[in-house]
Amino acid sequence: MADISSQIIDRIEAARRDAEPLSIVAGASKRFVGRASEGSPLDVAAHSGIVSYEPGELVLTARGGTPLLDIEAALDEYGQMLPFEPPRFGGSATIGGTLACNASGPARPWSGAVRDAVLGVELITGRGEQLNYGGRVMKNVAGFDVSRLQAGALGAFGVISRISLKVLPRPQRTLTLVQELDAARAIVHMNELAGLAKPLSGAAWCDGRVYLRLSGAETAVEAAARQWGGSRLDAAASFWRDLADQRLPFFRSAAPLWRFSVKPSSTLPAIGGEWLIDWGGAQRWIHGDFDRSELERFAESAGGHASLYRGGNREGEVNHELPEALKALHLRLKNAFDPDRILNPGRLYSWM
Amino acid sequence: MTSSERATRKAELARRLREIVAPEYVIDDAETQRPYECDGLSIYRELPMLVVLPATVVEVQAVMRLCHRESVPVIARGAGTGLSAGATPSPAAVVLSLARLDRIIGIDPLARTARVQPGVRNLAISEAAAEHGLFYGPDPSSQIACSIGGNVAENSGGVHCLKYGLTVHNVLRAELVDVTGERLVAGSEGLDAAGFDLMALVTGSEGMLGVVTEITVRLLPTPEAAQVVLAAFDSVSTAGDAVGAVIAAGIVPAGLEMMDGPAIRAAEAFANAGYPTDASALLLCEIDGTAEEVAEHCARVERLFAELGAVSTRTSRDEAERALFWKGRKSAFPAVGRISPDYYCMDGTIPRGKLAHVLTEIDRMAGEYELGVANVFHAGDGNLHPLILFDANLPGNLEKAEEFGGRILELCVAVGGCITGEHGVGIEKLRQMPAQFTDSEVEQMHAVKRAFDPSGSLNPGKGIPTLRQCQEYRALSRPSAA
Repeated sequence: MADISSQIIDRIEAARRDAEPLSIVAGASKRFVGRASEGSPLDVAAHSGIVSYEPGELVLTARGGTPLLDIEAALDEYGQMLPFEPPRFGGSATIGGTLACNASGPARPWSGAVRDAVLGVELITGRGEQLNYGGRVMKNVAGFDVSRLQAGALGAFGVISRISLKVLPRPQRTLTLVQELDAARAIVHMNELAGLAKPLSGAAWCDGRVYLRLSGAETAVEAAARQWGGSRLDAAASFWRDLADQRLPFFRSAAPLWRFSVKPSSTLPAIGGEWLIDWGGAQRWIHGDFDRSELERFAESAGGHASLYRGGNREGEVNHELPEALKALHLRLKNAFDPDRILNPGRLYSWM
Repeated sequence: MTSSERATRKAELARRLREIVAPEYVIDDAETQRPYECDGLSIYRELPMLVVLPATVVEVQAVMRLCHRESVPVIARGAGTGLSAGATPSPAAVVLSLARLDRIIGIDPLARTARVQPGVRNLAISEAAAEHGLFYGPDPSSQIACSIGGNVAENSGGVHCLKYGLTVHNVLRAELVDVTGERLVAGSEGLDAAGFDLMALVTGSEGMLGVVTEITVRLLPTPEAAQVVLAAFDSVSTAGDAVGAVIAAGIVPAGLEMMDGPAIRAAEAFANAGYPTDASALLLCEIDGTAEEVAEHCARVERLFAELGAVSTRTSRDEAERALFWKGRKSAFPAVGRISPDYYCMDGTIPRGKLAHVLTEIDRMAGEYELGVANVFHAGDGNLHPLILFDANLPGNLEKAEEFGGRILELCVAVGGCITGEHGVGIEKLRQMPAQFTDSEVEQMHAVKRAFDPSGSLNPGKGIPTLRQCQEYRALSRPSAA
C-alpha cells in the first residue's frame, strides 16, 4: 500500500540509458495474455492502495497495482460494484493489469468494459514522465482521451500508475434463467432479447444451454423472468464468476484457446469444435490447433477480430493482423510514448 | 505571401477542387461562405480560403490528397452547432463540410446497430430506429440539428448520459480519412478491436486526427416507460444533497438535472412548463425502464426528495406532461437568451459534492464582475453550465464575461473537476488548458497529434495549446496566485 512511482520512474530511466527492455508485471495473473514477454520484470505490485473512494460520487481512484479484490471489498461496504465485472484470474489480478488487458466480464455488453468505466489515468511513459489525463469526474473532454487509449494496449505506452473509475450501485435483485437451445438458435435468441427493454445483464451459451441473467429492480426482474420462462439457476453467482475467470469445465482443455470478438448476431463459422458464447454473442471462445489466418478471415467476415488468447505458440503473432496503414499508425503512436521501445516490447505484436 | 499571390493560390486550388466535386460545391466568395464563418460560439468568426462540400468518401479522399500535396490546412465541419469554436475557419484553410454525406446506410435491428454517414443528424438516427423499438442514447440539446460526425468529434453528451453514456460509449466503429487521404478503420462491429483503442482516441479529438466518413453506432432498446419527478428546493445546496441521496440509494436515473432560480424563471417564462418560479433550485429526475421499475423508483425518489427538504414534488402523469417538464429544461439556453442581450455558456465539470461551494463562489464572482449568471446543471454527472449574462454592445462587457468564464473553469479544476464536460476545447478553452495540464502533458498530446498528422494540417490551432500559449498563461496567472 505505497506510492513507489519515483522508483518506477528511476527504473524506466535506467532502462532507457541501458537500452534494457522491461516487462511490466503486478499480480502476474494475466501473464498468458499477449505474446511471450521480452525483458526484465518491472514489478509494480507494490504500487498499490485505494487513493480515494467517494460512494456519493460513484468514483474510486486506486494505484495501478491495487488488487481487484481489495477494490471490490471497499465497494461492497457501500453496496457498490465495478460495472465491468472483471476476471480476477486466481485472485491476484490488479486494476492496472485489468485496464492494460481491457479485461471485462459477462456484464460487458450492458454496463460497459473497463475502458468505458475509466475516468482518468496517471501514466508513467517510456520516457519516464508521469502524466495525468482525464480526471475524477464523469465527463471530461479536455484533450485527447489518453486514458481510454490504455485499454488493451498491454502496457505499450507506459505503466498505468493510477486509475479513476466510475462505479455503480449493486442491483437490488439478480436471477439467472436457463433455457435449452442449440448454438445457432441461441445467438438469434440472445440478440432478440437484448433488443427488448428488459433488465438483461448477462447472456451466454454453453453446452446446449442459454444462460440469461436479469439484474435490477425486484419487480422488473421478476416480471421479465415470468415472461421469458426457463428454469432458475441455483448458485448463479458462481456460474457467472467462473465464466469471467475461465473456470467453467469448458475452459479445462489444454488445447490453445481462441477468442472471437465479433458482431453479436453473426453466425458461427463452420469450423469443428465446441464453442462457448458470451457477451450476448459478441465474445466467443473455441479450443483447438487452428490456422490463425483462417480464423482471422472468419472473424473479419463476422465484423470483428480473432486472437490466440491462451496457450499455443506465443512466440508468433497472437493478435489479429492489422492492415499496413494501421500498423504504421500503431508504431508512430508507440513511438510518441515510448521512443526507445523499452516497455513491453513485442507483447501486443512482434513488430512493436 | 502577397495578396495577389494568395488570390492566385486560392483560384488555382478552387479550380482543382472543382475537378473533384461538383463546381457549385466549392465556395469561394465571401457572401456564400458567411454561414461557415463560425460555429455555435459566434464570438469567434473568420472566413476561410475556400469551403468544399464533397458528396462521397472518394471525393473526401481526393480533397484531402490535394490539400495535403498543397500543404493547405483542412477544417472538418459537421452541422456547425459546436460551442467551443472548434469549427471556426482560418484564412489559409479549406473548410471541409460533411453535410452532404447524410445517408443512413443501414439499420441492423438484430445486432442493434446503425451505420450512418457523418452528416446524419443525431435525432434522425433515433427516428429511423424507432420502428424497431430502438434508439440512439446520447442526446445533446442540439440533437435536432447537430450531426453524428460532429458528435464523434466532440464526444457529445446530453441529458441522458448519466445512464446511457457519452458518444464514446455508444460508437462501435468509424471509418476515417487521414491527412494524406488514406482510409482507416477504428473499432469493429464487435465490442472491441485488435490493437490500440483508436475508436476511443478519435472520439472527442475535435477533427485533429482524421476526418470521420462513416460511423457505426450502438442502438438501445427504447424503455417501456419513463417518468419525471420534479422537485423544488429553497436552496441549491439542499438540492445538491438530494442528488447525492438518490445516487446513494442505488438508483441510476436516466437523467438528473438541476436549475437555479434565474434559470427556472427564464425557462418558465419561455416554456410555461409549470415550474415553481419562487424556488431557488429545481431538480428534474427522469426514471426509465420497465413499467414496474419506473413506478417503484419514482415513488422512492419522490419520497427521498420530500424527506430531504423539497418544498414541493410532482411526478409526470403522462407523456405530454413529461415532455412539458423537459421542454423547460431543454429550452433553458434560448430562454436565457430572452432575458439578456447576450449570454456566454460555460461547460465545467465538478465532483457533485462541491456544487454548493462552486455555486457560492460563482455568485461571489458575479458580484465582482457585476454580471448576472443563470445556472443549468447536469447534476447527475457533475457537468455545470453557468450562463453568464452580458451585453456585447457595452464596451468591455464581452471581455469581462470571458474573464469571468475563465475563472469559473479554473475554479472547476481547483475543486477536482475539469474545464469542459461536453463542449470541447476548440479555440475557446485553449487559454484554460494549462490550468488542467502540465507542459509535459500538453507536449505528449502534441506527440499523439503528430502520430496521425505529422504536418499539423488537420484543424490546426485548436484543442491543444502550444507550449508558448501555456507559458503565457502561467506567466499571467502567477501574480493572482501569489
